[in-house]
This record gives sequence, C-alpha cells and structure tokens, in this order.
Amino acid sequence: MTELLIRGGTVLDETGERRADVRVADGRVTEVAPGLSPGAGATVLDAEGCVVAPGLVDIQVHFREPGREDAETIETGARGAALGGFTAVVAMPNTTPPFDDPAVVRSVLEAGQRAMCEVNVAGCITLGRAGVELAPMGELYELGVRVFTDDGDCVPTAAVMRRALEYARALPGAVISQHAEDPSLVAGGHMHEGEWSSRLGIPGRPAEAESIIVARDLELVRLTGGRYHVLHMSTARATELIRQAKAEGLRVTAEASPQHFSLTDEACASFDPVFKMNPPLRGDADVAAITAGLVDGTIDAIATDHAPHVPEAKAQPFEEAPPGMLGVETALAVTLTKLVEPGLLTMHEALALLSWRPARIAGLDARHGRPVAPGEPANLCVIDPAEQWVPDGERMASRSRNTPFAGMKLTGRTRHTVLRGEPVVVHGEARR
Amino acid sequence: MAAPGANPTSEFPTPPDGGILFVQRARVLSADDLRRAHTRIAHEIVERNHGAEGLVLVGLYTRGVAVARRLAADIARFEGVEVPVGVLDVAFYRDDIGRRSVQPLGPTEIPVDITDRIVVLVDDVLYTGRTVRAALEAINELGRPQAVQLAVLVDRGHRELPIRADYVGKNLPTKASEDVRVRLEETDAGFEDSIEVWGPPDAVAIPPTTPPGPEVGA
Amino acid sequence: MKHLLSIDDLGPEGIEAILDLSESFSEVTQREIPKVPALRGKTVVSLFYEDSTRTRISFETAAKRLSADTMSFTISSSSVKKGESLLDTVQTIEAMGIDAIVVRHHAAGAPHRIAQWTDASVINAGDGRHEHPTQALLDCFTLRRHRGPSLAGSRIAIVGDIRHSRVARSNVKAFAALGAEVTLVAPPTLLPESLAGWPASVSYDLDAVLPDVDVVYLLRIQRERAEASRFPSLREYTARYGLTVERAARLKPDVLVMHPGPMNRGVEIAAEVADGPASLVREQVANGVAVRMAVLYSLLGSSSAYPRAAG
Repeated sequence: MTELLIRGGTVLDETGERRADVRVADGRVTEVAPGLSPGAGATVLDAEGCVVAPGLVDIQVHFREPGREDAETIETGARGAALGGFTAVVAMPNTTPPFDDPAVVRSVLEAGQRAMCEVNVAGCITLGRAGVELAPMGELYELGVRVFTDDGDCVPTAAVMRRALEYARALPGAVISQHAEDPSLVAGGHMHEGEWSSRLGIPGRPAEAESIIVARDLELVRLTGGRYHVLHMSTARATELIRQAKAEGLRVTAEASPQHFSLTDEACASFDPVFKMNPPLRGDADVAAITAGLVDGTIDAIATDHAPHVPEAKAQPFEEAPPGMLGVETALAVTLTKLVEPGLLTMHEALALLSWRPARIAGLDARHGRPVAPGEPANLCVIDPAEQWVPDGERMASRSRNTPFAGMKLTGRTRHTVLRGEPVVVHGEARR
Repeated sequence: MAAPGANPTSEFPTPPDGGILFVQRARVLSADDLRRAHTRIAHEIVERNHGAEGLVLVGLYTRGVAVARRLAADIARFEGVEVPVGVLDVAFYRDDIGRRSVQPLGPTEIPVDITDRIVVLVDDVLYTGRTVRAALEAINELGRPQAVQLAVLVDRGHRELPIRADYVGKNLPTKASEDVRVRLEETDAGFEDSIEVWGPPDAVAIPPTTPPGPEVGA
Repeated sequence: MKHLLSIDDLGPEGIEAILDLSESFSEVTQREIPKVPALRGKTVVSLFYEDSTRTRISFETAAKRLSADTMSFTISSSSVKKGESLLDTVQTIEAMGIDAIVVRHHAAGAPHRIAQWTDASVINAGDGRHEHPTQALLDCFTLRRHRGPSLAGSRIAIVGDIRHSRVARSNVKAFAALGAEVTLVAPPTLLPESLAGWPASVSYDLDAVLPDVDVVYLLRIQRERAEASRFPSLREYTARYGLTVERAARLKPDVLVMHPGPMNRGVEIAAEVADGPASLVREQVANGVAVRMAVLYSLLGSSSAYPRAAG
C-alpha cells in the first residue's frame, strides 16, 4: 500500500498537542515527527494551519437503509460523514426492517465495509422497537453491536427498561441508550412546549417528558447496575440529573446534538419543519444548560442525530412533516463556531466530545479516537479551524436537504479524512 | 410669479410624482369667481332640464360632493326645489386598480332611486375622463337613469376617453405636467375657495386669471 | 401588504385601515346589485383542507362581489394521505394562473409555508390552532359598530377553549391592538401552556369576571376535549363556564355577546342568550363578507409597481 504523508499540521489527540507530520502506511500510523520527507510515490496531504486529529465518531446517525433509501443510504450517509471528518458512525435501528434481526444487521455491516466511513450498528432493545419483548441482544452483540436502543422511540415502560439494563450486564461493553421522552406526555406534540408553541398554536412536547424518563431510568440503573446512555439530551433538568448520577458513581453517559446547543425553539416561528426534531429545539435556558453540561463534562459526547428526510416530506406544514435534521457535514463546524470560537471549549475539549469519548461509549475505541502515534490505526481527520463557509443543503452529500444550518456562517471545516490509511476526503472533496 | 391670495403657497412640499417642488403659477378662479361659476351652472342645469323636478345631483368624492351640495343650495334658492344630493365613490370601478393603490374615499350614498331620473354627476376637475367613466359604470349598477349629465368646475383638457361635460365652470388649458388645485371651504380646512394652477418652477407661467366666460361645454 | 397570514401582519393601523375599508364594502353589500368590478380579471382560489363551508362561502361571496373569478379546492384528508405534499398541491394550483389563495388548514403555519412557495397573495382562513385573522377583523368590525369608533377601554372576556383556538390567538391580538382590555377565562387545562407575550389577563372564574365586562366572547367547546380529559364533562363545563340564562341575567344591561360559530347551544351558550338581544352572532356572519372584501381588495387591489396614474 502506498505511503501517505500528512504534512505541516498540528497533531492533537487525547495525549496532547504537538507540531508534527504524520506518516501512514498499510492502514496504520508509522511515524509522527516534525519535518518528515515523503518517500517515493507517497501521497502528500497539506495540513498547513490545520489540526491533525483522530477521526471523529458520531454515535447517532440515521442512514435510512434499509427501507428509505430515497432519503439516505449507507453509501451517501457515510460519504457525508467522511466529509464532516467522521471515520466511524453508529447507525440507529429505526429502519424498515429494524435492526432487531441478525440478518439485517449483518447486511448493513457488510454494506458499511464498502463505505467511506466505518458504519456500526445500534441494535434494538425490543423487537420491532415496540417496547414489549427484548430483541436478540446477545446475537446482535456477537456481530459486534455494543449500543442498544429503540431510538426514534422511547422504551416506554419501566419493566422493560429494567430487563434490558439487567440483561445487558452479561454483555461486556454494551450500553442501553434511551431516547428519553415520555410518550404519553409528547403524544401529538411537534415542538418544545412553551412560549413559542403557545403563540404559534403548535402542540408542544414538554421538557419534563425528557427528565421524567431520565429520572426513572436512573432509578433503574441504580437498581440493576446497568450501563446507560442518554441520546440527544436537550434539557436543563435531565442534564442536572445526569450530573448527580455521575457524582453518585452510576455508569451513565450522555450526548447532545449540535442543534440542541446552537438553535432554539424560536426558529420554529418560521413554521419551516427543517427546525423540527425529537426531542425538540428548546429555549434559551435549556440551550445554556446543555452548553454548560458540555463544558463541565456532564455531557460526554456530541452526536448529530443525522436524520435525513426527502424534500417532499419536509414540503409540508410543520405539524405534518417528520422530525429530524441533517448533521454529519456540519457538526464539527457548528461545534467550533458555537463552542470553541467563543472560548467555551478548547479545541482539545471539542475533539474529546467528537472523537475519543464517543468512541469509548460505543465500544469503538480500539480503532477510533486513538492517539496519533506509530502503530495506531490510521483513522484521522485534518481540520482547518479557520475556513469560513456557509452550509447549503443543495450541495451536501446526503440524498436529503434538511439542514437547519443552511445559510449560517460557520468557521472550521474538515480538509482531509483518512480511513484505514486511505485518504477518502482530500481538500474537502470526497474521493469516492 | 406667485399669485396673490391668502392660501399657503406650499401645500405639498414634494409633488406626488417626483422631487421637484411645485410652485403656484396662477390663481385661475377666486372665491367670488367660483361662486359665480357654480351659480351659473345651477341655472344652466335647471334651464336645460326645464326645471328641477326629477333631478338628482351626485357628487364624486371628495370635492365633487361639496360642489353638488352648493349646486343644490343654489337651485333651492332660486327654484324653491330641494334637489336630492347623493355621494358616489368610484374607487371600486376605476380601471387602474392594481396599477396603483386605489383607496375608497367614503361610502356611496344615493338617497333616492335613480331609475328614470336625471342624474347630474358633479366633480371639481375634468381631466382624462377616467373618473367619469368609472362613475358611469357605478351609476349603471345603482339603477337606470333617464339621462346622465356631467357638471364640472374646471375642464383642463387632456381627455383619454370620449367624454365631455354638459356644464363647465371654466375651460382651462393646462400642461400634463401641471396640477390644478381646487380648494373649497368644506373640504380644505384653512383655505378659502380658489382654483390654482401649480407646476414646476422652470415652466412658463400661463396667462393671468381671466373672468369666467360663458363657454359652456354644450 | 402581500399576504394576510397573521394579525401581526397588520398592526393597529393596518387593522384600522381594513375596518375603514370594510365600511365602504358594507355599503356595497347592501345594494340591490351588491357587486363592484374592482377585482375584475383576478382569480381567487379557496384551498380548504378542512371542511368549513361557512368560511369558504363567505370568502367566495366576497370575491364574487368584487367581480373576481373563484375556484374552490376542498381537499379531503384521504387524498392528503395518498401522498401529495402541500408544495405539490400549491404548484398545481399556481400553474392555473391565480392571484390569491385563501387557505384553511388543520396544521398551524400551512399558509406561511404556502406563501413561501407562490407568487400569489395568501390569505389565512384558519390554520390549526394558530390564527384566523379575518375572523378577528370581522369581530373588530362588528364591535366597532356597536362600541366604536374605538375599542379603547372596552373590557372583553374571551371564554372557553383558548388553548386549541385559532380564533382566540387572532382575537386577543386584534382586540388588544385596538385598545381593549382582554381577559381569558377558562379552566387551566384549556389555557395555553404559556401566556408569555399574550396581551391579556387570565381568570379561572367566569362569575368573578362577568360583572365588569362589556363584551362576552364565547368559544366553541368540542366534545373531544372532554374525552381527552381536558375537563370532566360538558355538563360540568356548562355549569362553570357556560353563558347560561342565569349568568346572562347578571350581566350589565348593555353587554354584547359574541361567538365565532358554529355554536353548541346549551353548552358554552344557552339558546336563549344566543338568540337574545345582546347577541351579535348573526351580525358577525353578515359582516364577514364585507371584511373579507376589504381584505381581498387590500391585497389584490393595489400595487406599488405603478406609483402614480392620472385621474
């Protein structure tokens, strides 16, 4: 395999920061030192002014395959992820059929082998995500599944959640992830319940729907000793509950999506369903609490909840459009623009939230989020922290267009992405 | 250049069609001239129609209404007949709706059934004829008069439609770039009755006022 | 003004202008031939995703009395389920060459979305729980004729299912813009979750509010709200919040009673009160046409493209 040299950048990984070039061969990092010269026939990637980091890891994406390949496929979703700097993603199980069957999971993992980033699978907690009977978690675990969730939906009953947390204790490294919204409180709701929903006449989804489920689940974690993760946490109360649970020593983690720390429910006043998702965009106080949770480490990861929908689906009134937003191509830039540029996080802290911490949550840390050091797998991204750009849904790799960040001025962008030693994105262009 | 008179000279600081400050060119009719003009028209209306029976005076918003009421008062004075006065808003009948903002000026009120009566439309200035055309259409929807006649204080020319007045206070040749400004006590608070020609300052002023002649648009 | 999507589009002066214009059209509607040629050659489409014959007929009558051509699309929920998006529908209609779309939709903001997709003027004829601006305008027009020219200082109680009511959302804004003092009266389960930004005060106690009000505006109560446990039963609702004959008897003598219709006689309003001398219900309906003429004329009857034309 040909040699790759990433030259002129600043290496930044969990161990720290240094000026160094990175030599890659045969899918692994072979040398990290300043002033390296390319060998004969080597591909040189210019990293002048850039940060060379372990590839980003997105532990919540919806790639719609199988079932809604018109909205996204593993191929197109992974291409977008690679453009966003991600070398690994975890695909959520709300496909048709869902990821509750080893055969379905196997086919997705196989398709993922050919994709531009590593596609992992989150298995269902319950059959058909119906919240009643447990899915074959052990069989899925044998295929490499570590994250279990009914995302898209909340596991509604305490009894089923208890059994899942208990059963997963026999599966080392497995985590039970929850879409925390009490179904009875959010039924019929389409946006955050509050001043804006009341003014706009759009039925609401109260913040308490999230904190009630998180509170209940934390009791069950204490009861079972299980490992628990809160997907796309969006409220101040849930963040506080997780903070307390961590202080208590419970095995809990949480993630937040870029939209939940950068947008508010006021955006819904446009009635444009590009701003619709579950859990919904919240108010200023919740956004501030999520930001604080990211800053103080209560929230472990940033995950996109990349949720493509075909344009026709979003060409509907707010209440009739499906929830969800694109995210993989903008997550890094939104994080840098909203959290790093204002000085809330260092670049190192931002990359922790986007790379090595989520890799650990999802059991991907043998391959992703590794230090940039000789012998490590060459899953890397090169970030230009100064590039200014404006997202445009029409120009994204996704089959869908529903980015809520269209038109926003962002700073920072992925320049190159290296997957298993192969430069899959070079100068912002996908290579395949 | 400014003609004498008690009225303020800068009623419209900026003319409606541009940035040029219009100035008064001539006072065409004074208050006394105006009184004589409408009195004469009132006589002509009665003469032409062999009396005042069966007449309805319909004033067009805004100043036509005031003129119609003056004509009715004149007729009442020398004929002893109370001629009914209606008011007509032609906004909804204009042919330039959609080309500019056409706002109604007030509710239409015709106190009698106009069918088989002689309707005299009354306005202050006759110009392109489009307002009168709209008025004819509006009248047509309110009933079927025996005849419709038109009385105006000033005919300034520049007709765009085959319409002419039956009774004219004064024929007044003007340029299209000029404004004819009619002030009546009833509608223009703070002004005395007058008719003036205003225009851009560089244009040649039209000849000074001449007394209203007997030129009747017959 | 290009569209009428919300009372917010008008502001106090805009509301007054529509009401003044409505006076002219009210005169037109009383003529033997209640029609003017003002919008000749314009085409007004009514696009109704909810069956509301009353509102649709009122708009279509208004358009016809302005000599506009009218087309009517009533879209059943079944055909929506067949998958045509709102955008598809709008593009289909627009291809026919139209000047205005009057939209009734069960989802909030549908008219706002349509306005982004079409060159035609969009008029909100009721969108979900959001707004019903022409209802608010006709209510203001009706009230102004009785209490006018200004509503300043008028005390208006809006009673009933505020939370789910587009009429309430528009009327609160419009009444307040004209200077009225608005009190919302309902059980807490029928009030909006948040009243931040609402120019109104709130009471749970109708009997405490009634002695002071000049106008009682009742909203329709739907049976399914009881089924969804918003309140225990219609009987209990009527007992606590209905304008019964007994309550009406305690009102000040000149109090006016309004209702946007259709009424549930015997639930939110007693039949005797609905048909009594204080009731403006029928006048509200009659004024609807004139006010909608004024709205259509305001949107379609002017253009800034030709700033001046000769008279």
